[in-house]
Amino acid sequence: MNLATENWQSIRETSTRRIAKWRQDFPILSTEVNGKPLVYLDNGATTQKPKTVIDAERAYYEEYNANVHRGVHTLSQRATDAYEGAREKVRKFINAPSSDEIIFVRGTTEAINLVAHAFGRSQIGRGDEIIVSTMEHHSNIVPWQMLCQETGAILRVVPINDAGEFLFDEFEKLIGPRTKLVGIVHVSNALGSVNPIKRIVDLAHSKNIPVLVDGAQAVAHLKVDVRALDCDFYAFSGHKIFAPTGTGVLYGKRAILERMPPYQGGGDMIRSVSFSKTEYNVIPYKFEAGTPNIAGGICLGVALDYVTSIGMDEIASHEHELLEYATNAIKKIPGVRLIGTAKEKGGILSFIIDGIHPHDIGTILDHQGVAIRAGHHCAMPVMERFCVAATARASFAFYNSFADIDTLIDGIHKVKEILG
Amino acid sequence: MADLRELYQEVVFDHYKKPRNCHRLSDANHIAEGYNPLCGDKVTVYLKVADNVIADVSFEGLGCAISTASASLMTEALKGKTLDEAEHIFQEFHEMVTCHDHVDHGDMGKLGVLAGVSEFPARVKCATLAWHTLQSAIKNRGKIVTTE
Ligand SMILES: Cc1ncc(COP(=O)(O)O)c(C=O)c1O
Repeated sequence: MNLATENWQSIRETSTRRIAKWRQDFPILSTEVNGKPLVYLDNGATTQKPKTVIDAERAYYEEYNANVHRGVHTLSQRATDAYEGAREKVRKFINAPSSDEIIFVRGTTEAINLVAHAFGRSQIGRGDEIIVSTMEHHSNIVPWQMLCQETGAILRVVPINDAGEFLFDEFEKLIGPRTKLVGIVHVSNALGSVNPIKRIVDLAHSKNIPVLVDGAQAVAHLKVDVRALDCDFYAFSGHKIFAPTGTGVLYGKRAILERMPPYQGGGDMIRSVSFSKTEYNVIPYKFEAGTPNIAGGICLGVALDYVTSIGMDEIASHEHELLEYATNAIKKIPGVRLIGTAKEKGGILSFIIDGIHPHDIGTILDHQGVAIRAGHHCAMPVMERFCVAATARASFAFYNSFADIDTLIDGIHKVKEILG
Repeated sequence: MADLRELYQEVVFDHYKKPRNCHRLSDANHIAEGYNPLCGDKVTVYLKVADNVIADVSFEGLGCAISTASASLMTEALKGKTLDEAEHIFQEFHEMVTCHDHVDHGDMGKLGVLAGVSEFPARVKCATLAWHTLQSAIKNRGKIVTTE
């Protein structure tokens, strides 16, 4: 799709009307930074929170703060109902078959570490292989490296092309009789590439190999259906989908979760404890030792209700327009190079400017109220692949407007003016 | 509000675009590598120390305007200084870039152009990377220092 200018004008008008209401739901979007209205384009790092989520957190502490699964008193029952209600909301949101396949964790990082410990240490041994790709976030690399170091397993890496696309042919060559797990990012945080998860899963399953999907950058931007994807594990962070930090989800297929030993030991994850024999609880509790982030979990449910009320299709189509508009605009600026030009892309614009370090870009944009990320985005192998130390990255959410993109583009011109 | 022009002064630009002493030093007797995990910047500092005096100093690496200019200015400021003097200059410099109300940079010479960094806390690590690396080179621990 390559739209003429007059088309953009009408798309822009419709979109501005459409998002005006959404923007009002986010108190922080009307604040100022450095004397300028905030233009928040660092949604890949974390998203802002709507008022309903902020209110739900407050309501929990003001009205029914109590521990879950532990009390007969009214508040504990209310807290437990709300927390378990949130689990059901997560199930529905990603279309998992059953809510006991939804494990609450601190975030994507913990979800992957959980799999590396519980699945990895029980099923992966010396000489076995784990496959990831070049575009993984460090959280889908380091837990596997640690596992390999401990067990003598081997980490194999599927390369990417110059556009930042997963090389399926190379994957086909790497997958083999020793492969025990495939771990792949759904949407790359450094490049924006959307990976062909279903194809990857189908190939892996034809060889009886389970697949873990890192959905940190996907859930808030496109419709995720774990049943359609047929993946064995799906991990995401609440804070990247408008919920508080310290919340996250690991979805796992029941059969595989039931075979896995626990992750951490403690309260809640047991059925009975004695010094002669301890029995573990059923899933998902087997993997949820200790008092969880109760308010956070409840608020994750509220955040999912919120995005559902807008509609994931609506969100995806708006972000697609933004990406298209921003990509066209940024490409016109001389000396700017996009890193990540995959055909299938999410709302992430990673770029570098000739002779100007991303850190300086970040500082100058910040001065204009524009928040972007500058750095390696916890994806150093991606930086190495493109021979850069770092990139500047603008990452969108549904509340970003065409005007936000214009401010970004003006800001980039300003960067060039100051540092060029 | 902090002024961008305070941060990106002419002299900073000049040292960013044309860094001084930016090369390997083949007869260095102290070398250290520095690394800023936040942005992935790497710098190597080479020192030739004789009789407690910095006879020569250079650096290599790619970084932002602030870290490059700071490294370049550092090499100029330290050449010919004793190790004690270098340590003293480092302390002064560190205070200058970290303390908002440290106003008297008269004795900092050219290094004073980096005083604006104190208004940009996110950039202090950029400004100090080469210096921390220098310290480690002097101690010659030889391992990678990070700005964390
Ligand atoms: C693709 C991807 N995976 C994993 C993570 C880790 O998420 P968290 O830090 O919330 O655990 C991130 C977040 O930065 C990410 O973008």
